Amino acid sequence: MGSYALHRTGAAIATLAAASVIIFFFIHLIPGDPIHVLLGDTATPDQVDALRAKLGLDQPIILQYFRWLANVARGDFGTSIFFQMPVLKVIGDGAETSILLATITMIWITIIGVPVGVIAAMRHGSWLDQGLSGVAMLFASIPTFWVGLYLILIFAAWLGWLPSSGYPSIFEQGGLANLRYLLLPSLALAAPNAALILRLTRASMLDVAREDYIRTARAKGIRPMRVILRHILRNALLAVVSAFGFTFAALISEAVVTETVFALPGIGQLVVQSILRRDYPVIQGIILVTVVLYLAVNLLVDLSYRLLDPRVELQ
Amino acid sequence: MLRVSDLSISIGSPDNYIDIVSSVSFEIGRGEILGLVGESGCGKSMTSLAVMGLLAKGGPWVRTGRAELSGFDVIHAEPYERVEAGHGGIAMIFQEPMSSLNPVMTIGEQIEEAINVHQRVTGSRQNLTARDYLEMVRIADAAMQINAYPHQLSGGMRQRVMIAIALACQPQVLIADEPTTALDVTVQAQILSLLRELCDTLGLSILFITHDLGVVAQLVDRVAVMYAGRVVETAAVDRVFDAAAHPYTAALMSCLPDPAHRVRRLVTIPGQAAKPGQITKGCAFAPRCAYAVDICREDPLPYAMLADNHRALCLFPRGVVR
Repeated sequence: MGSYALHRTGAAIATLAAASVIIFFFIHLIPGDPIHVLLGDTATPDQVDALRAKLGLDQPIILQYFRWLANVARGDFGTSIFFQMPVLKVIGDGAETSILLATITMIWITIIGVPVGVIAAMRHGSWLDQGLSGVAMLFASIPTFWVGLYLILIFAAWLGWLPSSGYPSIFEQGGLANLRYLLLPSLALAAPNAALILRLTRASMLDVAREDYIRTARAKGIRPMRVILRHILRNALLAVVSAFGFTFAALISEAVVTETVFALPGIGQLVVQSILRRDYPVIQGIILVTVVLYLAVNLLVDLSYRLLDPRVELQ
Repeated sequence: MLRVSDLSISIGSPDNYIDIVSSVSFEIGRGEILGLVGESGCGKSMTSLAVMGLLAKGGPWVRTGRAELSGFDVIHAEPYERVEAGHGGIAMIFQEPMSSLNPVMTIGEQIEEAINVHQRVTGSRQNLTARDYLEMVRIADAAMQINAYPHQLSGGMRQRVMIAIALACQPQVLIADEPTTALDVTVQAQILSLLRELCDTLGLSILFITHDLGVVAQLVDRVAVMYAGRVVETAAVDRVFDAAAHPYTAALMSCLPDPAHRVRRLVTIPGQAAKPGQITKGCAFAPRCAYAVDICREDPLPYAMLADNHRALCLFPRGVVR
């Protein structure tokens, strides 16, 4: 188990190195540069050259890359060109919103997707199953921003139960009550993903129900509910757990849209703004952190797989 | 002990059905092994699943008949319903030991689950009881193996675990659906002798389903031969081999190769086995039967009662009328 984790971490570092190359060079391929964003259209060529030299952007790109890499290795992600603050501080400011949003969304996906999928599978072929599967298909197909806009329309504009936008930090004022600001965004973000997990859980349950060992379990005289929970669900979850890794990747990209719709001060908004500002250090920092998170989540998924499925041998 | 009478299993709707098993009757006494023999598709597995209460919903269904266990009809009860009504006494082992055990539970957990349902054994003692069952099915090092997962065991070992699970249900009747078909010959012999031993020591009755006549000769006490969803002959095992009365049984026996007389071509029964619903009048075997005459193709067909609890579904049982 220990050596497996080590092996996987090594692979993760290699992936990270490859990702860093792609991140760095692709961002510099975007036309335009931060100098013009900072100085505006009226800057003289001298001012432009001076700032470019100050930021180190006049150096060959290979050199810039290795300088950045060396700094990152020491934990220094550089300084935001736009904010004139350390990149980690800039990311940290948006992290609270994004981490809370992701966590609440994952909870929704789990507590909606899995149990409803189980119920649909149990009532396989009934009107309830067809209704649930239809609704799931609908939510899997419609875009996040559309769901978001309708949630705002219904719960904020018409009913007035929940705030429509923004998120004040729970550490500064309002405390945990501020989580209500994340209720609608997390539901919007969860909708398509919970729908996918629901469909996967249902399909996986029905597959496992046909296995020979389920017949053995029934032959023992165990009650149907126990057969479902202890034998079918336990095996069906193997497929579902691995889907959580992909779901997390989907969340990262969909969060950008959701944070824009709900005007949340999170990482998703930050990365969009930073791309518009050509704030290279911030973009690079965010993408690197995201890659690390993604690798960590998938490592976690693989390790939990080992706990769920004794047939998976780790070496 | 177990008496199955007039069991018909059908596909289709109650108004428009085809019998895939029709009017099957047999009984198994205490400590007896009954071999249910027939070609693939003759309905022998379907019969055993119906008796066990394991026919899947939406599939074939029991149209008529009873399966009495100590006088109580269990044919329409699923296993858990039977257990809750106090008639847990039937257990079953299956053809595929490789896929019949839950891959994510230890074998100990899977045996304990059966103990939990069928016996009054509390918490910590369940583990010890499970270990007893592993020893009963001759698994060496039971204390270690109890924590093994199915994938760590060979096919033969898994079938022993399946038998241990079945025994933990404290059955009076064990249904064994081709339990050795997927195993190699040496392991097969071990499993068969284990079943014989359990039969003798525990007074267990076994319904042994197979298409292997070698296994029949080796293990069973009485034989019920099935053809196209019907039991065509029931007799003690030596009579089936020496004095088969039904032409199908006799043809089956003549297909067995004799090592003393090596031949160039093996004997086969001409024609194809009848499909369900294909033959509704008279004898299902008539189209392939060398002795069939016109009245064989007319309704109804009675059982010919012969000596020694021997009966055949034939108008002209061999050895009686020539």
